[in-house]
Amino acid sequence: MTVFIILALVAIATALGMLLSRNAVYSALFLVLNFATVAVFYLLLGAPFIAITQVTVYAGAIMVLFLFVIMLLGTEELPESDKLPWQRPVAIGLAVVLMVEGIYLMVFQKAPGLINAAPTEDFGSPQAIGDMLFTDYLLPFEATSILLLVAMVGAIVLTVKKKKGEQN
Amino acid sequence: MEGIPVNYYVALSAILFTIGALGVLIRRNALVIFMSIELMLNAANLALVAFSSANNQLDGQIFVFFIMTVAAAEVAVGLALIVAVFRTKKSIDVDQVNVLKG
Repeated sequence: MTVFIILALVAIATALGMLLSRNAVYSALFLVLNFATVAVFYLLLGAPFIAITQVTVYAGAIMVLFLFVIMLLGTEELPESDKLPWQRPVAIGLAVVLMVEGIYLMVFQKAPGLINAAPTEDFGSPQAIGDMLFTDYLLPFEATSILLLVAMVGAIVLTVKKKKGEQN
Repeated sequence: MEGIPVNYYVALSAILFTIGALGVLIRRNALVIFMSIELMLNAANLALVAFSSANNQLDGQIFVFFIMTVAAAEVAVGLALIVAVFRTKKSIDVDQVNVLKG
């Protein structure tokens, strides 16, 4: 329980740090810390494979991609443009409403049960996940491979520089 | 770690999701908006894994696996779009991106 509370505070603090940093690089680094904290939560929840995937894919690949783009564009800090006069307090108010509603609906209405404190040894192991991926979830698994291919081609098409004088 | 109610994880997930939504609303740096979207996806993942553990079913973890794939694809395409926008507008302030013309 103590572990949960400490980790939850770290997760919320890093999320707020991401939100409030003026510098985009700091935001990205706060988010890396947040993803690492969530990976520890996954370990506590008996999901070691997902935890490692979280660290390698999210904290590793995705955030490094973010940092590359931030530094490539050189847009760590935007110049101050005109302030949003009334949108910001409205957004904060609506966010508080959203949070209260979400917690109320999910906590007080229907979320019974306890976290499984002693999962069996192979619960969430790579072998168990792989078994399900290649039996029950084979079609979605193959579909994601096509999705990744399309995303790769799309990213290249969007960023490739047009040659001078080329039509279109 | 004996028996934390799944409610606590769901509440934490709701708080993280709200912070992400707030980030999309009040920040104007397109990259930070993208990071907030990642935070929201991550909050959903946390809730899925918590339910997976509470019900002793692995399906939730499989969903998280797929969500991570979709997030990776989305980030690759989204960052490519941001780079393309930056080339034409010389800025990634979303207030400046008010025309669709390239």
